[in-house]
Amino acid sequence: MESVMQSLISGIVVGSIYALIALGFVLIYKSTAVINFAQGELLMFGAYLCLTLVVAFKIPFWVAFFTTLLAAALLGFLLERLFLRPMIGEPAISIIMLTIGLASLLQGMIHVTWGSETMVYPVIFPTEPLRFGGIVVSQVYLYSVFFAVLCLVLFNLFFRYSSSGIAMRAVANDQQAAQSMGISIKKIFAIAWAIAAVVAAVGGILIGNINGVNTSLSGFGLKVFPAVILGGLDSIPGAILGGFIIGLLEALSGIYLDPIFEGGSKEVVPFVVLVVVLMIKPYGLFGTEEIEKI
Amino acid sequence: MAIKCGVFKTTYEGDEAIWQTKVSRFWIALLIVALIAFPFIFQGSRYLLYVANSVLIAVIAAIGLNILTGFTGQISLGHGAFMGVGAYASGYFMTHLGMPFIACVVAAGCVTAMVGMIFGIPSLRLKGLYLAIATLAAQVILEFVFVRWRNVTGGSQGMLVPPANIGGFSFNGDFKFYFLALAFTILAVMIAKNIVRTKPGRAFMAIRDRYISAEIIGVPLFQYKLISFGISSFYAGVAGSLWAHYIGIITPEHFNVMVSIQYLSMVIIGGLGSIYGSIMGAVFMTLLPEGLRLASGLFSKQYPVLVNIFGAIRESVFGLVIILFLIFEPDGLAARWKTIKNYWKLWPFSY
Repeated sequence: MESVMQSLISGIVVGSIYALIALGFVLIYKSTAVINFAQGELLMFGAYLCLTLVVAFKIPFWVAFFTTLLAAALLGFLLERLFLRPMIGEPAISIIMLTIGLASLLQGMIHVTWGSETMVYPVIFPTEPLRFGGIVVSQVYLYSVFFAVLCLVLFNLFFRYSSSGIAMRAVANDQQAAQSMGISIKKIFAIAWAIAAVVAAVGGILIGNINGVNTSLSGFGLKVFPAVILGGLDSIPGAILGGFIIGLLEALSGIYLDPIFEGGSKEVVPFVVLVVVLMIKPYGLFGTEEIEKI
Repeated sequence: MAIKCGVFKTTYEGDEAIWQTKVSRFWIALLIVALIAFPFIFQGSRYLLYVANSVLIAVIAAIGLNILTGFTGQISLGHGAFMGVGAYASGYFMTHLGMPFIACVVAAGCVTAMVGMIFGIPSLRLKGLYLAIATLAAQVILEFVFVRWRNVTGGSQGMLVPPANIGGFSFNGDFKFYFLALAFTILAVMIAKNIVRTKPGRAFMAIRDRYISAEIIGVPLFQYKLISFGISSFYAGVAGSLWAHYIGIITPEHFNVMVSIQYLSMVIIGGLGSIYGSIMGAVFMTLLPEGLRLASGLFSKQYPVLVNIFGAIRESVFGLVIILFLIFEPDGLAARWKTIKNYWKLWPFSY
């Protein structure tokens, strides 16, 4: 029973990181209608950069953390300006392909810069595990859930109260109407990419602290798809819930299905659930249904 | 034998004809002769023949994906896995059931078509990006099956597949296999070219352009979407089967998500909704990594420090080429080819 609880907790932790990445994903989709296949690479970039700043330049973790976020925002901004803006008005499939190309480009460049060996963060969070009635939880996990939730709350507030957030929601809702109200769509697109990159970097740093950093981190980009689609591509609460559901599903299938399939069911179960959910609710759990007219 | 300098068609048959002019027929004939002569000229180079064979197989699979994505407008991220289904099915039929090669290819195509249609069922309700992710799910699920269903697929150790064999003549080795692959490719191109100008082909394009209008004028959406998934997967299955009999040993890594992405990039870079485009895209995307490998081989002699990171550099260049293509030639190689051709049609009086 305790081991089950243990895996459930790690499921929630991983789920919180999925939720974070999914948030960045939905953000880009909501405001620019682009599916970003390079999200995993943005995550990897953040993880590597922060690690280098801490290890090689001996910068205190918190300073490095915020520097990384700044750099990530810049990168997101740059990517939008250089690669995504020329594609405005192209069919969705071309833009998907472009982000796939972007993923390949970033992956290669990260590999060139940082090599392919796994790197480990120095001890940043206290290592002594906490006990809750027999269940052992390492503090990194708690911090990571805390940060993930903090980010999610912050972004929710950002969307509700800040003028940029409101403008972004307006653009997502109706580009033309937003434009005619004097909102600069280009600016919104740039902000969306910058925020998505920042969120991914936070996720990358957290997961890097738990698992170490190597090039397989980019796999998170693909794993987040079930979370995003499950919740509905354009729903932020959906993305968060989807992230936690997928994290828990992975943990549960690790316990109950792996003995049957000799491992590896973690990767598949989220996708199976995804297909089943989509068959019943074609726009995910909370996605807005598109009503098309001639 | 002049090139026509305008549109002089007076009948629908003329407009739909594959051989628009005698000149085009001449050039195609010349191309086929050149393709047949190719292995004789480069008989000594196993590497070139290997590349040529990969290109031919890629052309078959890319045409299949273009029928689904380019003509019917359904994005698929599972094409690599469908190829895998064909490869494993063909290998299984030959080694365990002792079926002859041709029967294996056809049966593998049919099995893959069935699997493709099963995974195409969500397309009834899903559209656009949601469907793309559903096909990604198909990719992940099928990959899992390849690894875990050990009695049939041999798991991660792989499955040994005997070479192709027709009437006692074995197509082992790169040289002999080339002719088999060429025959299949020409057949595949011809069939595809004809499918897209028949009733189902027109239905596909109607669904792509505006599915609601298509439904209103009486195109049964679900039926044609499934047919499109079926045809596309059949092509993937045949390509996979050829690949299996050519390479001799197949493992799940041959059919991972990167392969699917590569096929999607072939179709997009070649040109969506164009058979010639998928040929050009397949040629380009297969030659690009080989060219990069060649270049990195040359450079590594001069800068041995770089050897370790050449894989990564290749990956970046690969990504960059895709990006540049999409930004500067969004309609693909096929469109570029058309522009060039049109320019020469009226040359030197291009106005």
